[in-house]
Amino acid sequence: MSSLAATLSDSVVITKRNLIKVKRVPDLIVFATLSPIMFVLLFRYVFGGAIGGLPPGVSYAEFLLPGIFAQTIVLGSTTTGASIAEDLQKGLIDRFRSLPMARSAVLVGRTVADLGLNAISIVVMGLTGLVVGWRINSSVGEAVTGFLVLLLFAYAVSWLMALVGLLVRTPEVVNNASFIVIFPLTFVANTFVPLESFPSVLRTFAEWNPVSAVVQAARDLFGNTSPLAPVPDAWSLQHPVLYTLIWVVLILAVFVPLSVRGYGRAAGR
Amino acid sequence: MYAKEKTGGELSVGGPSVRGMTNAIVVERLVKRFGATTALDGVDLTVAEGSVLGLLGPNGAGKTTVVRVLATLLVADGGRVEVAGLDVGRHADQVRAAIGLTGQYAAVDEYLTGFENLEMVGRLYRLGKRESRKRAGELLERFDLIDAANRPAKTYSGGMRRRLDIAASLINRPRVLFLDEPTTGLDPRSRLAMWEFIAELADGGTTILLTTQYLEEADRLADRMVVIDRGRVIARGTSDELKAQVGGQRLEFTVTDAAVLPRMVERLRPLGVDDPVVDEQARRLSLPVSGGAEVLAEALRLLDGDTSRIFDVGLRRPDLDDVFLALTGRAAEEVASDDDTTAEPAMTGGAR
Ligand SMILES: Nc1ncnc2c1ncn2[C@@H]1O[C@H](COP(=O)(O)OP(=O)(O)OP(=O)(O)O)[C@@H](O)[C@H]1O
Ligand SMILES: [Mg+2]
Repeated sequence: MSSLAATLSDSVVITKRNLIKVKRVPDLIVFATLSPIMFVLLFRYVFGGAIGGLPPGVSYAEFLLPGIFAQTIVLGSTTTGASIAEDLQKGLIDRFRSLPMARSAVLVGRTVADLGLNAISIVVMGLTGLVVGWRINSSVGEAVTGFLVLLLFAYAVSWLMALVGLLVRTPEVVNNASFIVIFPLTFVANTFVPLESFPSVLRTFAEWNPVSAVVQAARDLFGNTSPLAPVPDAWSLQHPVLYTLIWVVLILAVFVPLSVRGYGRAAGR
Repeated sequence: MYAKEKTGGELSVGGPSVRGMTNAIVVERLVKRFGATTALDGVDLTVAEGSVLGLLGPNGAGKTTVVRVLATLLVADGGRVEVAGLDVGRHADQVRAAIGLTGQYAAVDEYLTGFENLEMVGRLYRLGKRESRKRAGELLERFDLIDAANRPAKTYSGGMRRRLDIAASLINRPRVLFLDEPTTGLDPRSRLAMWEFIAELADGGTTILLTTQYLEEADRLADRMVVIDRGRVIARGTSDELKAQVGGQRLEFTVTDAAVLPRMVERLRPLGVDDPVVDEQARRLSLPVSGGAEVLAEALRLLDGDTSRIFDVGLRRPDLDDVFLALTGRAAEEVASDDDTTAEPAMTGGAR
């Protein structure tokens, strides 16, 4: 077997193993679908009226859904870190490291399985969105690209979380640590409110925040923008797909090698 | 070809040389530190191809650390380590393909069934789907897990997990097998079954390095033993050699009234080859002697029928527990007097 084929085959074995866990612990899938539904309903109906800043005539459901997609799947990526930490704690990483398998396979298998979970939650959110008034106003090709950009960004974040899991080693701590980072990133952005409502320093941060670009890319690709609510002039938001892809490449280029190296040195217990 | 008699500061016992045979494991001057803790401080050992080495030592001695370095999980800070003729630092992947590891704590995936666990490990050893499934079935059968094969390992008892873990390390028919306390947590019947199985593997030519807290286990399974304490080898040899090192046989009397002990000591002293040891608390007298049953008869003759207070009498050979206590006790004293500033090494993170 060539080394690439071997790496792929090992990664498939690990992905399968991770998906079996999803099958055996139905709670995982229930929460992966229930919490997005809850987010959609909560923001649409509880905050929907209160969150201002949108000019009259702009559908809040259409504005909101891409933001919820982004926030939910970025949060979904944090499970990568917690799962890796759990495997470390239970000694499974030791077992894997004693096998003649590809070094990257455990991390590839983990991030790919989490990508699958994220894909499920995005489908559930989309369907819920359609029920509460969200619409896709673009071509099928654009819509598919929109979902792909969202998932790709989440996939990159998974690799960052993998390193966090390897370094922090305790699933609960990984969760808490990642919320501290993920919440500001997803809230100081155009996720739920237009950027005009931000004070100026936060506004600059929000304009260049990759999460804003992901959200803007999704809005553009789903046709959820409105001439009544113009997009800020920042380059990042004028070219959101390109800017998002730059971030994806950057995150992967830094965190794939760091995580694989961290895995090679990780010691359970 | 790698065989080399090492002489460290330890009490070395000659013993049958492995010269001329291939060693499956060679460890020379192995050093491993964790921050300020020196877990291994120049360990030397060799294991001849097809033999079983028992690695003994008290808690925190460094047994698990040796195993983890050999199994490529830890990188040594110094020394040379070869497994199956390969340097573990430079050829880690080839070493991994040749070994099986059962760590001190069972490493099984709780959400996978027993069968799925074994199949997964087989696939990761790159055995292919068909062969992995076949081996999984065979090993589940061998380890008496067939009935539980399709249940998630979460539902397994501690002993079942342990057996599944060992089965996983055998999927690949490894040439060299590391077993870190393989029978800890097993009930006596499972332990006996495991001993039989390990002996079978050894007969089949697998080289085994086994750590254990049960000296009886080492006595039964290991061809040779290495005793480590605080990261250093303090003794090595066969079971008989180690026992001989601690001392020969002793005559032991337990009496019902400690008051009779001094008189008995007086009468029996001529038989002893060394000073008698009296334990008033246990009402016991222990006298190093040489010779067989005739010594016992002679002793009773010397006591001249004054035996009404004797509760128990016997001729004892030291067992490995005596060896262990004598060796590690002595080592502890030496270290304490050598260096008063060295406190008990802290148990950080090693155990849970
Ligand atoms: N990852 C680690 N970080 C820091 N110290 C460690 C680590 N692993 C082991 N040690 C230390 O190294 C020493 C040897 O530990 P090791 O686990 O090898 O002992 P052991 O002989 O296997 O003990 P036991 O019989 O309790 O399993 C101990 O002092 C331990 O605290
Ligand atoms: Mg140990």
